[in-house]
Amino acid sequence: MIIRNVRVLGGEPVDIRVADGTITEIGTGLQGAEEIVDGRGAIALPGLVDLHTHLREPGREDAETVLTGTQSAARGGYTAVHAMANTSPVADTAGVVEQVYRLGQEGGYCDVQPVGAVTVGLEGRQLAELGAMADSAARVRVFSDDGHCVDDAVLMRRALEYVKAFDGVVAQHAQEPRLTSGAQMNEGVISGRLGLAGWPAVAEEAIIARDCLLAAHVGSRLHICHVSTAGSVEILRWAKSKGWNVTAEVTPHHLLLTDALVEESPNGSYNPIYKVNPPLRTRADVEALRAALADGTIDVVATDHAPHPVEDKETEWAAAAMGMIGLETALSVVQESMVDTGLLDWAGVAERMSLKPAEIGRLSGHGNPLEVGAPANITLYDPGARTEVDPRAFASKSRNTPYEGMTLPGRIVATFLRGKPTVLEGKLV
Amino acid sequence: MNKHLISAADLSKDDALLILDTAEELAAVSERSIKKLPTLRGRTVVNLFFEDSTRTRISFEAAAKRLSADVINFSAKGSSVSKGESLKDTALTLEAMGADAVVIRHGASGAPHRLANWVRGSVVNAGDGTHEHPTQALLDAFSMRRRLGSLEGRKITIVGDVLHSRVARSNVLLLATLGADVTLVAPPTLLPVSVGTWPCEVSYDLDAVLPKSDVVMMLRVQKERMNAAYFPSEREYSRRYGLDRDRFAKMPDDAIVMHPGPMNRGMEIAADVADSPRSTIVEQVANGVTTRMAVLYLLLGGESAQ
Repeated sequence: MIIRNVRVLGGEPVDIRVADGTITEIGTGLQGAEEIVDGRGAIALPGLVDLHTHLREPGREDAETVLTGTQSAARGGYTAVHAMANTSPVADTAGVVEQVYRLGQEGGYCDVQPVGAVTVGLEGRQLAELGAMADSAARVRVFSDDGHCVDDAVLMRRALEYVKAFDGVVAQHAQEPRLTSGAQMNEGVISGRLGLAGWPAVAEEAIIARDCLLAAHVGSRLHICHVSTAGSVEILRWAKSKGWNVTAEVTPHHLLLTDALVEESPNGSYNPIYKVNPPLRTRADVEALRAALADGTIDVVATDHAPHPVEDKETEWAAAAMGMIGLETALSVVQESMVDTGLLDWAGVAERMSLKPAEIGRLSGHGNPLEVGAPANITLYDPGARTEVDPRAFASKSRNTPYEGMTLPGRIVATFLRGKPTVLEGKLV
Repeated sequence: MNKHLISAADLSKDDALLILDTAEELAAVSERSIKKLPTLRGRTVVNLFFEDSTRTRISFEAAAKRLSADVINFSAKGSSVSKGESLKDTALTLEAMGADAVVIRHGASGAPHRLANWVRGSVVNAGDGTHEHPTQALLDAFSMRRRLGSLEGRKITIVGDVLHSRVARSNVLLLATLGADVTLVAPPTLLPVSVGTWPCEVSYDLDAVLPKSDVVMMLRVQKERMNAAYFPSEREYSRRYGLDRDRFAKMPDDAIVMHPGPMNRGMEIAADVADSPRSTIVEQVANGVTTRMAVLYLLLGGESAQ
């Protein structure tokens, strides 16, 4: 196959020849009898890699399945996603992670790399069999109780130490539970006015500080999920300045949206479509997160794609589920918040949405620069398009997007997983 | 006037004064032996109460009935709501019944905002979680006006659990709109961290504020706060923030004492103070009916009572 007229990382137009799932030639005016895909000048990026996806299967197939979630991922330009462990049953055994891994392979839309739970049942009491998950067919390297914080300091220390044996990483959901009991939204001016229980920034920052110190003490690799506050950025900057092995992610929604939407939005006040954990923060936090992603203090963008059925969002605020979907809008939101603002170029986007997440997750088959010999995981993106977000057009089974009705830049034109198109002309293949 | 009354912030100064003036006219009706007006005949008012609050519900019920509206009381207990029906489905049911106004009391902040998306009638917030209780603020303002006249420049002190108080939020907003100077007094644990952005002053020292107050409004201390380390003990709270006889004596001679009820006598307010002639606590109940009549009348009826 020859993919014609694409601009690698936004550079000069070239053609890419793909054979047997691998990039075999990059140049201009490539000739051959193979199938031709016309890129029409789209930007070519290495296939995107998500470190933080909720696929909901097994257990909540009403919200998403591995199939619909990976179709959604392909539509968003992803070729690999890390499936979070908070399924039912929890992904805390080799059996569950292998099941999720295989469902991804059977679907064929996007590689699914399961994340293993740190503790049995996400209960924060006893380490799950991390080694068994690491040794399973799913080859788990990322462990997380996401949705819950591993708040017990001793347990966190043990987890950080234990995963060193197989080059694993603990991805912490940083949320001090006592400070956030019943928390509904960012604690600040808006929560005070709206009478909603506050989720203070310090509850995230205190755990990040503690865990950076723990990771340094035991010489382990630590990853921080969905960083949401300016204070967290300061702590991470300090930890990195010490040379500690700490990485961090930010979600697209924390790069674009603020807690003001809870009070006033085109969708009314108290609309739980904006309810998410960690909560939307302030404009100052958004600015700090953007700067941190630009300067590398925050390493990657991860979606925290969290599908929920309509009835779990069409409620009063306190009763609603937390989370928003994001796979199919992630690259557009990153363009809007980081590229169109001049903070990142396309090489920087590839670094933060493909290369670095694959490196943190130890996925050797993903996140490689588009070069001869690399696996042909390729995302074609047209940054010039502008489209109104229509959740009914999503491949995801759920509709809980905060961007409905917003006009966002860019469009995924095509996605190739090891040379096989999963999306062409913006449509699933 | 807006179609709904969900937040005290929905009311402009003119709106608020119109409600208070209308309530004044309607008060005359309440003093007649036949207390009924035909104004809302044929209109349906639903009292949708997800929390037990007999006093607020009967106040709204009396207000609607005195205006000849048909009243449907929909209590969450023993209804389909307790079997798991969603707020939206309840709203659609009420909509199908043709409710002209829905008076909602709900434990979740923002529930009336959500309800307003799903019904065509007017939504009146009768207390939502720890957010607002605008008709309480209106009846408080009405009670103050009856005792003190105009509230412009009046010094009003609100004491207690501001963090969790819907009464405090609505009062701060409405009193600021009406030109009064509000001071909140509470232990710092019971104030929102962002209280500095509110249109009022804040103090931790009740004794310093009392001599300058025209009105002192004591808030109820909820039992569940007492067990959640917001303050060390009931006795210490009462000592530092309770309105006892000694503190009452520090207030100016014509200053009044208010409480939205129900009171914890001996905790935030001493029995002698609650029962003093300068307490408006019983009047507040009567004024509640009148004020809520004015609200329903203006949302559903016309411009003037005459």
